[in-house]
Amino acid sequence: MPGSALYNPGDLLRMLPEIILTVVGTLLMVLDPIVNRKSSKVFGNLSLVALVAAGAAAALAYLQAAGPAFGGMLMVDGFATFFREIVLAVGFLTVLASYSFLTRQDAETGEFHALLLFSIAGQCLMAAANDLIVIFIAIEISSIASYVLAGYLRDDRRANEAALKYFLLGSFATAFFLYGVAVIYGSTGTINLSGVRQILNGQEAPSGLFVGLAAALMFVGLAFKVSVAPFQIWAPDVYQGAPTPVSAFLSAGPKAAAFAVFFRIFMTALEPIGRGWEPLVWGVALLSMVIGNFAALLQSNVKRMLAYSSIAHAGYVMVALTARSEIGAAAAMFYLAAYALMNVGAFAVVSHISGRGERFDAIDDLAGLGQRQPLMAAMLSIFLLSLIGVPLTGGFFGKFYIFKAALESHLVWLTVLGLLTSAVAAYYYLRILVVMYMHEPSESAAKVEPLSAGMRAALILPAAGTLFLGIFPNWVLDFAGRSASLLK
Amino acid sequence: MNLLATVLFLPLFGFLLALAIPRSSPQGSRLWALVVSLVTFGSSLALLGWFDRGASGEQFAIDLPWIASPDIHFAISANGVSFWLMLLSTFLTPLCILVSWRYVQNRVKEFYAFLLLLEFGLIGVFLAQDLFLFYVFWEVSLVPMYFLIGIWGHERRIYAAVKFFLYTMAGSVLMLAAIIYIYNRAQTFSYPAIVDMLSAGRLVFAPEEQLWLFLAFFIAFAIKVPLFPLHTWLPDAHVEAPSAGSIMLASVMLKMGTYGILHFCLPLFPSAARECAPWIVILAIVGIIYGALVAMVQPNMKKLVAYSSVSHLGFVVLGIFSFTQMGLDGAVYQMLNHGISTGALFAIVGLLYERRHSLEIKDYGGVATAAPWLATAFLITTLASIGLPTLNNFVGEFLVLQGTALANYTWTIFASIGVILSACYMLWLYQRVFYGEVNPEVRSHVFDFNLREWAAVVPFIIMMVWMGVYSQSFLPPVSKVTAKVLDEAQINVPFKVRMVKPPQSPTPDSPPRVMEAADAR
Repeated sequence: MPGSALYNPGDLLRMLPEIILTVVGTLLMVLDPIVNRKSSKVFGNLSLVALVAAGAAAALAYLQAAGPAFGGMLMVDGFATFFREIVLAVGFLTVLASYSFLTRQDAETGEFHALLLFSIAGQCLMAAANDLIVIFIAIEISSIASYVLAGYLRDDRRANEAALKYFLLGSFATAFFLYGVAVIYGSTGTINLSGVRQILNGQEAPSGLFVGLAAALMFVGLAFKVSVAPFQIWAPDVYQGAPTPVSAFLSAGPKAAAFAVFFRIFMTALEPIGRGWEPLVWGVALLSMVIGNFAALLQSNVKRMLAYSSIAHAGYVMVALTARSEIGAAAAMFYLAAYALMNVGAFAVVSHISGRGERFDAIDDLAGLGQRQPLMAAMLSIFLLSLIGVPLTGGFFGKFYIFKAALESHLVWLTVLGLLTSAVAAYYYLRILVVMYMHEPSESAAKVEPLSAGMRAALILPAAGTLFLGIFPNWVLDFAGRSASLLK
Repeated sequence: MNLLATVLFLPLFGFLLALAIPRSSPQGSRLWALVVSLVTFGSSLALLGWFDRGASGEQFAIDLPWIASPDIHFAISANGVSFWLMLLSTFLTPLCILVSWRYVQNRVKEFYAFLLLLEFGLIGVFLAQDLFLFYVFWEVSLVPMYFLIGIWGHERRIYAAVKFFLYTMAGSVLMLAAIIYIYNRAQTFSYPAIVDMLSAGRLVFAPEEQLWLFLAFFIAFAIKVPLFPLHTWLPDAHVEAPSAGSIMLASVMLKMGTYGILHFCLPLFPSAARECAPWIVILAIVGIIYGALVAMVQPNMKKLVAYSSVSHLGFVVLGIFSFTQMGLDGAVYQMLNHGISTGALFAIVGLLYERRHSLEIKDYGGVATAAPWLATAFLITTLASIGLPTLNNFVGEFLVLQGTALANYTWTIFASIGVILSACYMLWLYQRVFYGEVNPEVRSHVFDFNLREWAAVVPFIIMMVWMGVYSQSFLPPVSKVTAKVLDEAQINVPFKVRMVKPPQSPTPDSPPRVMEAADAR
């Protein structure tokens, strides 16, 4: 590759979101010892500004300078922009939800927000990366910050356990991924996704054994990151143990970014061997939907239940990948947008209710919320109905598009089984509705504090977004449809 | 703006504003709900003025693009069947509000808001002409009903609500899969367009394909009807729901299933419908007899009425799958009749419960002495329900049995047993509750109707008599539509129904024509 092709001024714009996030994150660490942390919301406010700026930068980069950057290592296309905006929105909502949480736990530091911004920067990079090494680096940036975030409440034993588990298993997963990258490089001689695709499509395609091995290794690494069965074991423990706003973040941001990578690798570089990996993805999708939904039935802890539900939802997205079509990719994009909103919203409610020390996160602690906190209960109902997949919510359209794509690819059995497990899922979401509206208020519900402005926004924004995606899905779907076609 | 859309959206508008009414004024919520539902009913009546009773096609059609890709439209219209069902919904909602006036005392605002949302969903189900939109309304109507049962119901309300939701959900996801499948084949959700394509032969489902699609739709509908053996959610839901919930559930929601069978299953999958008909008819007849027998031994009034619904709805399904003009007419008429008479039964039982705080039959006795007018109203409803001539159910049951007899006489014999049994359980119920020794609790608590309750009950009784005496006001538009359904159902179909030629064709409109047309193919 010629040296001049490696850099040109437009590339800075294409990477501007990551640059903003990193700069502000570093700034926060510098400010941390200077600012009086007790009285100050300055860290959070700065993060919000940074996230909005990064969102604007991502949009600008797409509008002004769409295309490859740094010699093809990054690809700023609609697909990347879509996922960048998702992870930035997730970050934005997480920060909003964390204000009152951090106050309550006496844990306001710049460090929390700095880590969050670094992690988001990694995810933005994951969304745009078009080169296996850059993908690996981006995953590491995102993950390492997330490991620390999971253990942010360092005196909390469960949080420690969560962080350690997340770290150990996460490192294994990235190692698997890196092995896969090494084997791909060994057999094709390139790490650029488009390059790999060309070689696999070409006359002298390398030995199928090695490419298959590489695909399998990368698959394992990414399957861990998106927490699909049978690589999901860590998720319930981590989501339950981590501070709730962090769980909200982990269940949406890194997952969306990892799916972006998943689709980019498997739909571009490894697309030529699609017939080979399709059965694998088929099985993983079904297993995730079944394990996630059935295990969630048994949970009494809301966070744990949402963790299993997120495994099931990852399964739905895997159905979209199984479809191996542009429509499938577009459906997955739409779904992940809807999923991010509803899941972060649901976790935000839990974060608010669980109280100091996060003691009240059992399903029964939501009892009578409908009477104590009608607004919050109504918002949570919208998220839950969306997670069930009731029409006029984003979750329904997401599911609809995914299974439509699956049927178009003739995956009749996967569709039928998937839809049936989603009917099973209705049961555990309904349990929360039942407890909220049909039980008498519990003691913990009586103690729930009034909503702060930040928390109010962290609930109303995703709820409005969920309904918007459910009633006017046109714009987002249209954009997703156009972006999915840029994939190759 | 089209008046049909006005009728549809008025309840939604009412719902949204009802949310804004402060919690501190329950009376305001009640009045608002009553006004909105009355205006809705009024505008649906006004629509009747423009309704062309001689047309078999869809009227007042609106078709607005909603989502570009996939191509989903907001398409609604009414025909001679859906119009009456819409009218039934708008007719019953104000009555439900009147019935609940005193019964619902906690979370009043939410109750009436949900009731209006329910009305919106139900009307939408009957009017939707886009398969996707139909599914949306189908599910949307589920949510308010779930809350109505779960929050304002009796002791086991939560169990009943969840069971209700899950049963319906399990059926409807399969229907969703089938809807998507049809879209992928036809590239449109528009129901009229799909029917056109089918009739023009531009869209052909292979027999096996058709069977699976038919089953996916049919199971969703059969759960809602409910057809034996998928009925087990119904007694729970009916018994636990508050009166208004029971009325809407029995009178309108169950009709979503039978309407769906008539409106979607037959025209879209005619040959599969024919193939499955014998099995479905057997299930319907089992349901008729089983429902009646189980109703007979119920100690709980609401449960008794619930099982009687299983029996009555069996007649509707039987009528539809007789594939005769009369059978279909009777089935549709029976859908309306059941809505009126069972609605009235639930309403009066609810009023009794308000007084005596019990649904157990043994807690009553001698109500006729304590509250003669209430007893009279209940008697008329009972007689209507068991099919006394000059009251509404008689017309429907007669047509269904007559139509069935044209198709297969044996079916009629078995189904008639259900008519006899219905007289047994209803009259026995009446005897135990209203006659006999006056229970002391009844003497001190049960009083006659007040003005509001009269207002809630009299419309029911007027309708029972009207529909029983002068069915000509209602049936002709229905016949137009059912004739069209039967015509369409023969498209592309090797005719398979075993049908006995009737000796002298009773009316020029009925089966012989259907059969000859088929033989010609």
